[in-house]
Amino acid sequence: MSDKIMMGHGSGGRMMHQLIREEIAPAFGIESFADSAVLTPAIPGRIVFTTDSHVVSPIFFPGSDIGGLAVCGTVNDLAVMGAKPLYLSAGFILEEGFPLDDLRRVVRSMAEAAGKAQISIVAGDTKVVERGKCDGVYINTAGVGVLEPGVELSPSRITPGDKIIVSGPVGNHGIAVMAKRSGLTFDPPIMSDAAPLNSLTEKMVKAEVDIKMMRDPTRGGLATTLKEIALESSLRFFLEEEAVPVPPGVRGACELLGLDPFFVANEGILIAIVARNGAGELLKTMRADPLGENAAVIGEVSPERDAKLLMRAKTGGTLILDMLAGEQLPRIC
Amino acid sequence: MSASASRTRIEALSEKIKRKAEKLGKPARLMEVCGTHTMAIFRHGLRSLLPDAIKLISGPGCPVCVTSAGDVEAAVELARNDNVALATFGDMMRTPGRKLSLAQARAEGADVRVVYSPLDALTIAKENKCKEVVFFGVGFETTSPLTAATLDAAVRQNIKNFSVFSVHKLVPPALEALMGMGDVRVDGFILPGHVSAVIGSDPYEFLARRHHRPCVVAGFDAEDILSAILMLLDQLISAAPRVQIQYSRVVERQGNPKALSMMNEFFEPEDSFWRGIGKIPSSGLGFKTRFSEFDAASRFNLLRKQPPNPLACECGEVLKGVKNPNDCKLFGKKCKPETPVGPCMVSSEGSCAAYYKYLGS
Repeated sequence: MSDKIMMGHGSGGRMMHQLIREEIAPAFGIESFADSAVLTPAIPGRIVFTTDSHVVSPIFFPGSDIGGLAVCGTVNDLAVMGAKPLYLSAGFILEEGFPLDDLRRVVRSMAEAAGKAQISIVAGDTKVVERGKCDGVYINTAGVGVLEPGVELSPSRITPGDKIIVSGPVGNHGIAVMAKRSGLTFDPPIMSDAAPLNSLTEKMVKAEVDIKMMRDPTRGGLATTLKEIALESSLRFFLEEEAVPVPPGVRGACELLGLDPFFVANEGILIAIVARNGAGELLKTMRADPLGENAAVIGEVSPERDAKLLMRAKTGGTLILDMLAGEQLPRIC
Repeated sequence: MSASASRTRIEALSEKIKRKAEKLGKPARLMEVCGTHTMAIFRHGLRSLLPDAIKLISGPGCPVCVTSAGDVEAAVELARNDNVALATFGDMMRTPGRKLSLAQARAEGADVRVVYSPLDALTIAKENKCKEVVFFGVGFETTSPLTAATLDAAVRQNIKNFSVFSVHKLVPPALEALMGMGDVRVDGFILPGHVSAVIGSDPYEFLARRHHRPCVVAGFDAEDILSAILMLLDQLISAAPRVQIQYSRVVERQGNPKALSMMNEFFEPEDSFWRGIGKIPSSGLGFKTRFSEFDAASRFNLLRKQPPNPLACECGEVLKGVKNPNDCKLFGKKCKPETPVGPCMVSSEGSCAAYYKYLGS
């Protein structure tokens, strides 16, 4: 096989046959090549379904890559619903000329992430477009999970007095990608936090506390996601800046670049809104899991129905936070 | 330094400020000139810590905000040339020109590239010999020495396909023009920390001597800014206006001579057009004649037509400290961060954008 992806790899013939059977299917444990996968989940409940497309550039960055991100992101979309993620599909759009070794690396990352999350990649697709028509590789995923009876997570369940919990430190993913993109290196290096959160969420759902909802603060960061939830619940959210874990490296990088860590993307943490009397127990449960060892209560829900996101700054002063308008750009002056 | 020790010092500073404000016995309107200060004040929640008698107003120190629509339009027209690649800071992408922004021009096929530094633009020139690479030089004295250093590298490396469209501006002439406008209601100045690291504190002396305004060059931590406010109040109470440096760990009176001489090697002051304010004499940086080959404005014969301000846009009044962002009829309605009308909403550091983000509409 050539060392670069060619148009023939997407045209359905022998080249594509070979690419799938030698390079992709074995990594994912796929043995049947029927047009669709037949799924027989062994757990009773509602089907939970999500989709995601991944176009991150650069493809490889400290801590993960587009493949790992694709699997973790989709698993997490299911996990924060309280569902058990089971099956993923992976569609590749490859650029003519994309190095085969890079594809192998991406596929390996996906297989590793799938293994960690204990899910199966059961279906896929491969297309190749002419050089210049996409950026190396784009990946689309869809994910299926099962939501057991009795699990009801929704912003409509949020009530005044509920506590806001974050499972870990903010800012790692966005800074890792931005640093790689702009050729900056930090010492120690800042690594993307991309990780599958379903083992953590499974423990949380089993903990018998009243979790109202969960969400993962990806693009737009912690503040944007909290503002979204505030708008969906119509309640005022109050955040305590000092309580939010920010790694010193992320803080330093943000100061250097003029970014706000509360608006930087994350791929391995979640926000949970929990009834006040269950916060202590939930925190204990989360901290017993490696992905939740830095979990912290960072705020609470207020009775005012203005959907504002207020924050007490480290100084003791208060301010209102809003979601990002467009992109957060580094300061120039 | 522990978080609680810092909070204690902030509380102590706030307490002192309250007592000094009471001693002063009248309101104090303090202008913070620099966009980074605007953001820092909001982000640290400082307004909520200050007594009502102290009013903080935002000045014209946001370079993206004050780059004129006519100059953005000239950059757009330049980028539309097939053989030109325009390199720009990311903040400038969404700034509206007379018709298009650079982001819109890129979507229509113009070669516009976002860079983090002018040196990146020079690298693009080296790697793309078939293209004329132009760096859109926006920024105050913090940024212009870096542009000058890039030009120095271009000269040494004999790069022929690189030039700079300089819309760089100078802070002291803008403050001079501001004070000459008559309806400016400012009792003291919080001066920009990074600009002053380059130019020092001497260029601001005219504010204290001729206009009798207290001035303090401030850093960007919450403690820096509160300390600077305290120093301004002391000056107001003693009625002894002068220029002080709070940010002494970075700023010296004479500034950074190396950066200044680099700037002066390539540039000299020229008249410049500020969005929302108009033409300010000797407030911009133009190329010295012997480096005109690097001057994109003359190399490409750029037409810099300066349109009048949009009707109802009150950025000029906001930049002068006469009006608050929420006094403008367009604020939060027609003029929002996603659809900015005037400069103050355009950049994330503009007064209106900061107000919108941190105080809500």
